[in-house]
Amino acid sequence: MDALNALVAFANFVLVPALAYGSQLALGALGVTLIYGILRFSNFAHGDTMAFGAMVTILLTWAFQAMGLSIAPLPTALLALPFGILATAALVYVTDRTVYRFYRRAKAAPVMLVIVSMGVMFVMNGLVRFIIGPESQSFADGARFLITAREFREMTGLAEGLAIRTSQAITLVTAVIVVAGLFWFLNRTRTGKSMRAYSDNEDLALLSGINPERVVAVTWVLVAALATIAGTLYGLDKGFRPFTYFQLLLPIFASAIVGGLGNPLGAIAGGYVIAFSEVTITYAWKKVLTYLVPETLEPSGLVQLLSTEYKYAVSFAILVIVLLFRPTGLFRGKAV
Amino acid sequence: MSGSLRGLMMFALVAGLIGLTGVMQGWNSALVILNMGLVSAIMALGVNLQWGFAGLFNVGVMGFVALGGLAAVLISMPPTTEAWAAGGGRMALAMIAGAATILAAIFVWRRMAPGRRRALAMLAVITVGFIFYRFLFGPARDAIEAVNPAGTGYLGGMSLPILLAWPVGGVLAAGAAWLIGKTALGLRSDYLAIATLGIAEIVIALMRNEDWLSRGVKNVVGLPRPMPFETDLQSDPAFVAQAESLGLTAVEWSTLYVKLGYTALFTVVLVALLVLAQLALASPWGRMMRAIRDNETAAEAMGKNVKARHLQIFILGSAICGLAGAMMTTLDGQLTPGSYQPLRFTFLIWVMVIVGGSGNNFGAVLGGFLIWFLWVQVEPMGLWVLTTLTAPLPDSSAFKEHLLASAPQMRLLTMGVVLLVVLRFYPRGLLPER
Amino acid sequence: MIVVEDLHMHFGGFRAVDGASLSIETGTITGLIGPNGAGKTTLFNAIAGDLKPTSGRVTMSGEDITGLPPHALFGRGLLRTFQVAHEFATMTVRENLMMVPGHQAGETLWNVWTARGRIASEEKALARKADEVLEFLTISHLADERAGNLSGGQKKLLELGRTMMVEAKIVFLDEVGAGVNRTLLRTIGDAIAELNRERGYTFCMIEHDMEFIGRLCDPVICMAEGKVLAEGTIDEIKADERVIEAYLGTGLKNKISQEAAQ
Repeated sequence: MDALNALVAFANFVLVPALAYGSQLALGALGVTLIYGILRFSNFAHGDTMAFGAMVTILLTWAFQAMGLSIAPLPTALLALPFGILATAALVYVTDRTVYRFYRRAKAAPVMLVIVSMGVMFVMNGLVRFIIGPESQSFADGARFLITAREFREMTGLAEGLAIRTSQAITLVTAVIVVAGLFWFLNRTRTGKSMRAYSDNEDLALLSGINPERVVAVTWVLVAALATIAGTLYGLDKGFRPFTYFQLLLPIFASAIVGGLGNPLGAIAGGYVIAFSEVTITYAWKKVLTYLVPETLEPSGLVQLLSTEYKYAVSFAILVIVLLFRPTGLFRGKAV
Repeated sequence: MSGSLRGLMMFALVAGLIGLTGVMQGWNSALVILNMGLVSAIMALGVNLQWGFAGLFNVGVMGFVALGGLAAVLISMPPTTEAWAAGGGRMALAMIAGAATILAAIFVWRRMAPGRRRALAMLAVITVGFIFYRFLFGPARDAIEAVNPAGTGYLGGMSLPILLAWPVGGVLAAGAAWLIGKTALGLRSDYLAIATLGIAEIVIALMRNEDWLSRGVKNVVGLPRPMPFETDLQSDPAFVAQAESLGLTAVEWSTLYVKLGYTALFTVVLVALLVLAQLALASPWGRMMRAIRDNETAAEAMGKNVKARHLQIFILGSAICGLAGAMMTTLDGQLTPGSYQPLRFTFLIWVMVIVGGSGNNFGAVLGGFLIWFLWVQVEPMGLWVLTTLTAPLPDSSAFKEHLLASAPQMRLLTMGVVLLVVLRFYPRGLLPER
Repeated sequence: MIVVEDLHMHFGGFRAVDGASLSIETGTITGLIGPNGAGKTTLFNAIAGDLKPTSGRVTMSGEDITGLPPHALFGRGLLRTFQVAHEFATMTVRENLMMVPGHQAGETLWNVWTARGRIASEEKALARKADEVLEFLTISHLADERAGNLSGGQKKLLELGRTMMVEAKIVFLDEVGAGVNRTLLRTIGDAIAELNRERGYTFCMIEHDMEFIGRLCDPVICMAEGKVLAEGTIDEIKADERVIEAYLGTGLKNKISQEAAQ
């Protein structure tokens, strides 16, 4: 029984939150890795693209709520999400046309594009703050829990409860659908295949008649969709605040690099590696351990390796370790 | 137009803008802008050294600046003797234990043959060391933070003159840069960027949460000043007489006097650094650096130790940022770890360097002044523009209210647009290199 | 001078250099030839420290230098030029030369601010030396030109000139004659011969121009598929069946047999 209780506590405080957070990171890292694979630069504006997408979704969610539209028990935000994706896709497409394309044509060094993306980051960050303000916003509605801790306890008779929030369940389901869709697109469709060819060898792809501008445009639309979905899911799960999205840049980049920049499969694996490390290292294990060890050995402290304020230190440490021992990432990325 | 004439005109323009501020918004505001402009110019000089001279992509400026600020506290504040008595010794032991653990782990890694046994041995060393460290650290921290938490609750500093904190801030930042450089230099430029970004976040997290060291978000206020207090000046008859002879009230003259004092101090530092940097750039050392930037492979084949040189310039640039950070905290008179934001302390400095002209020290300095001026003045300008635009709307309009409330957010938008426009039309900056 | 023993350089599954062994004697101008993809440049990069060999050993005058970084090899008198010229594009031709000598007082930052007199006299000597080298290479008129503006052949000369700024023991030249016009090629050839004769430089050069090789090199080493195929005088190499075999399909066999017939 104790072992079962420990397992439930572990699932409640580590497994479920890390799975949800990992899915959000994976979706973010997929966007970063696609840009790196096709456009060959690290996009510093990605966090703020996520914020923009989430913001549009939030504004529409409010509008729908005001109109009385609802898909309860699911959050209204899911209804607004497609429109958020459209708006974000339009924004990044226009950005590419007005900003990035010039440097692509001039065959500028990748680091130049990184600096340009810093400018785009400023603009998007400013836009988001200008439109919705720098404060946190709440937009989650519908049922809060798939199953609450109390219901679980009553159902199973265990001392520990397992709560699964709707946002966490939705995150997981959405992530699975999106990733399956993305891989189907990349592996099965003509456009997807030409994107992969372009990513592997630009010159060869050009020779075989692939239109680079089309590949780039499709990439941006995909990235906008991924960013908006990731941003909205994160907002539903943890609340929306523009600044947190900028801070997400670090774990997202860590995920993409740990997995191998340019490798979509790596981005997903990296997302979960980072999320699980962050959660396990910043979780206070006392509760789980109490069930597992005899009373005499019961820990006196919280058995928390690092306080949660240092979660970014964890992603950073994993990043550094991977870079030192396996510079191309867990899965072979493009970068050396 | 020749380079130097262009430079002179640009600097005259900046001087004119600050002068205009003085006439329109008062000389107090103008001096506030000028002083932070000087600090910004020094930060830009540090980043330019790394990016313009060596092509190193450091986006962890905020971390080094914050370390400088920490130095100001550790040097100038009085020590909290009760806190030292309560947990100082144990804390020192904890720090030694932590450092010893890391050294032991490195020793094991270097001395043992690669394989599973080495990995296990290292893991064992780290685990034992970490448990021991936590055993020492926890009670020490709690004891220190329990001492008068509302007033101190930290170890305090060394009661030394705050001007000493400026070089110490540089040294602290240099030490951090050495650690980062040893691990991250030699990686691709994007990776160095992410690594520095991460380090900066960690430095800030440390300063926000380690209350025993920096009081965290409770802030350290009332740092000693290198300048006299305005109220002391106002009660000095000679000073009052001086103010009268200038046709100012004692209050006015005292605020200006103190700010001018900072201006003088900062100018001395900026000019000294500028002279040193220019001499270095024009020397065989600068030639070597340019060769490395032009072609690393060839420079390495011609006997130049590229990695060591990169490390050197990374440390130097970071030290300058640390120095500027200590100066800024001195000017503020307080350390507020909650106020360090990467957009303001890392990316804004980058905008300064790119807009000013990377690779050109004068360009970086110009960018520092100009962008800082814009950063400060965009807010009132934005408010004015929005007020004018929304004038036809009724006062009760929610839309108008929202626009006016959002005026402060115009800053980031403007900085982004300025950066993008300069990158597009003046990719080498306002004062290009040579 | 240089002894390479069973050197391997693999990239994933691809064996660019696959067990090459050779020695370069002091005072020679050794030619290294072979069809494209034979692993010549990779071997150069592995010897000169730009690549870390997968396995094998390189010694210089009996000392193990395997895997030393290029700047350390420079310190031991091992210099190289590149297949595609690696000039310092934003610097003048003279500056390109003046940056070469190691241990300059002015390269230490502290001296830059404190020992300005010493640096000035050092710089004067360096500039004089650079001008001598430029005169030797007959490009004095280009001294103040930005190196990035030079022609391909002039850049190759400049690279050769850089090796003359110090007392080198051995210089590896990677296709110093590629893309260079006849007149300039003669200048380069003369310079190499004179450096070898007057200053005792040992050379090892990758070349495709058989006439150029024949004029300068003895011995000649032929590589193919990552291994050393044959070594001897140019005539021995030209007559070697295995060498002809290796070049088959490149048209060289016909060329060689034509030449033999003449």
